[in-house]
Amino acid sequence: MALYSDKVMDHFRNPRNVGVIEDANGIGEVGNAKCGDIMKMYLKIENDVIEDVKFETFGCGSAIASSSMATEMIKGKPVSEAMQLTNKAVAEALDGLPDYKMHCSVLAEEAIKSALDDYEKRRQEEK
Amino acid sequence: MIYADNAATTKMSETAVKAMLEVINDNYGNPSSLYSIGQKAKEALEEARADIAGVIGAKPAEILFTSGGSEADNQAIISAAKTGEAAGKRHIISTKIEHHAVLHTLKKLEKEGFEVTLLEVNGDGLVTPEAVRDAIREDTCLVSVMYANNEIGTIEPIREIGAICREKKVPFHVDAVQAIGHIPVNVEEDNIDMLSSSAHKFHGPKGVGFLYVKKGIRLFNLIEGGAQEKGKRAGTENVPGIVAAAAALKEAVANMDKNAAYLTEKREKLIAGLKEISHSALNGHPVKRLPGNVNFCFEGIEGESLLLLLDDKGIQASSGSACTSGSLDPSHVLLAIGRVHDVAHGSLRLSIAEDITDADVDYIIKSVKEVVEYLRGFSPVWRDLVAGKSQFIL
Repeated sequence: MALYSDKVMDHFRNPRNVGVIEDANGIGEVGNAKCGDIMKMYLKIENDVIEDVKFETFGCGSAIASSSMATEMIKGKPVSEAMQLTNKAVAEALDGLPDYKMHCSVLAEEAIKSALDDYEKRRQEEK
Repeated sequence: MIYADNAATTKMSETAVKAMLEVINDNYGNPSSLYSIGQKAKEALEEARADIAGVIGAKPAEILFTSGGSEADNQAIISAAKTGEAAGKRHIISTKIEHHAVLHTLKKLEKEGFEVTLLEVNGDGLVTPEAVRDAIREDTCLVSVMYANNEIGTIEPIREIGAICREKKVPFHVDAVQAIGHIPVNVEEDNIDMLSSSAHKFHGPKGVGFLYVKKGIRLFNLIEGGAQEKGKRAGTENVPGIVAAAAALKEAVANMDKNAAYLTEKREKLIAGLKEISHSALNGHPVKRLPGNVNFCFEGIEGESLLLLLDDKGIQASSGSACTSGSLDPSHVLLAIGRVHDVAHGSLRLSIAEDITDADVDYIIKSVKEVVEYLRGFSPVWRDLVAGKSQFIL
C-alpha cells in the first residue's frame, strides 16, 4: 500500500488555491517550523461569504494536501458554514490520512479558524 | 529511475544473487546435519566465514553470523554490559550520532541502571579521540563509536579511538554497517574489539549480518536454542544469505579503490551542483566522508515534500525530516551537528552507488533545484525569510 491515498497525492502534486491574496481581510497562520509544519491562510470575505481563499504551506505532503483540500471545502461558502469545518472532514475528503499524519488535518482546520477569527476581529475593530 | 538511497539498502550484486541461488538450488542442507549435503552446506558456511574474516583482518572463529546490523549491535553492547556488570563496571561511552540500534540498546541499559555518556560531535559530525579519553572512567565497560555515519557520511577517527581504548583496556565496539565494503576496515590495525556489519549495505542480501568479536571477549546470547555459531546464536544458519553476503563483500572489497574513486568524483559533482542552491549547506565532513554520501539542508522547505516530488521525477532519496520518521523531531544526527529544527526538517540525503552516471548526476542536480524552488514558492517560512521578517540561518 502506498503511503498516501490517490486523493492526497493529487492535492499534493496539484495543490488548489496556492498563493497569497494581497487584499485579504482574514489571515491566519498556525504551526511552527520547529515541528515541521506551518500553514498560512488568506481569506477574502464579502457579505459573509468566502469569495476567495489562498494558502501557503511549509510542510510534508499531507500538510500541503490538507491545506489544499481545506481551501476547496470552504471556497464560496458562508462564514458560518466554514466555521463548522472539522479536521475529520478534511481527512475524510482526502480518503484518509495515516494516523501519524492526522495532525496535518488538524492544522488545516486551525489555520482556517485562525483566519476566520482574524476576519471577525477586524470587523469588530471597524465598528 | 535513479536509485540514490543506497545507505538505506542496496541492490544485490549479480555475483551475490548467483551465489545465493546456487546454495538454494544445490546446497540446501542443514549445516548441523551429519550426512553429506548437510556437511556440504557446512563447508559453504565456513568458507563464507573465512572469506569475510580475511577481508577485515579477523580470524574465522571471530566471526558470528546474525540477522543483520541491529542484532549485531544489540548483542555486542549487551554482552559488554553484562561482562562489565560482573566486574562492577556500569559505565558506557558512545556518541550522539549513533544508529538507533545502538542508541536504543543503550537506553534500555540505562533503565537497568547503567550510566551512559553520549559524546558530542563537532559541526562536521566528528567525535574526537581526546573526548573519548576524557570520558573513560575506572568503571567504563564499553566504548561504542560508529565507523561512518549513515546520515551525513562522516568517517570517525576509529583507529585513534581504538588505540586509546587499548591503552585504557576498555572494550571497543564499532558499528561499521555503512563502512564495510565501501572504505578500508581492518579490525587489527583499527584496534577494534567488536564490529557490526550488515550485508544489504554492500550489495548483499537483507536479513544477514555479522559480528566480529575479538578472541577473548565474552559474548552472551540474545537467542537461545541450538548450538549454532558455537552456541552464541541459536537458529539454523541462513546459509544462502551468508554465502551471498561473503560473495558480495569479496566483490566490493576487490573493487573498493576503483569504486571509491568513481563515487567520490560523482559525489563532489553533486555537492558542487547542489551548493549553487541559495541558502543551502552540506551536512557532514567535506573530506572525511563516505564516497557515496551527499547530505544537504535547504532552508525554507520540508524534506518529505521534497522526497515525494523527487520520486515523481524518478529519483529515490531520503531525508532527516520528522515527517519521514513518524516522529515530531527531525534527525538526531542533524541536531547533533548543530542544525536547528527549522533547517533540519529540510534535509536531503543522496547515497549513490556505482551504477550512477554523469547524466544521472546532472539530472539529480537539475531536479533538486527545480523542486526546492517550487516548494519555496509557496512556503510561508521562505516568504518571511525573503521579506526580512526572519533571519536566514544558512
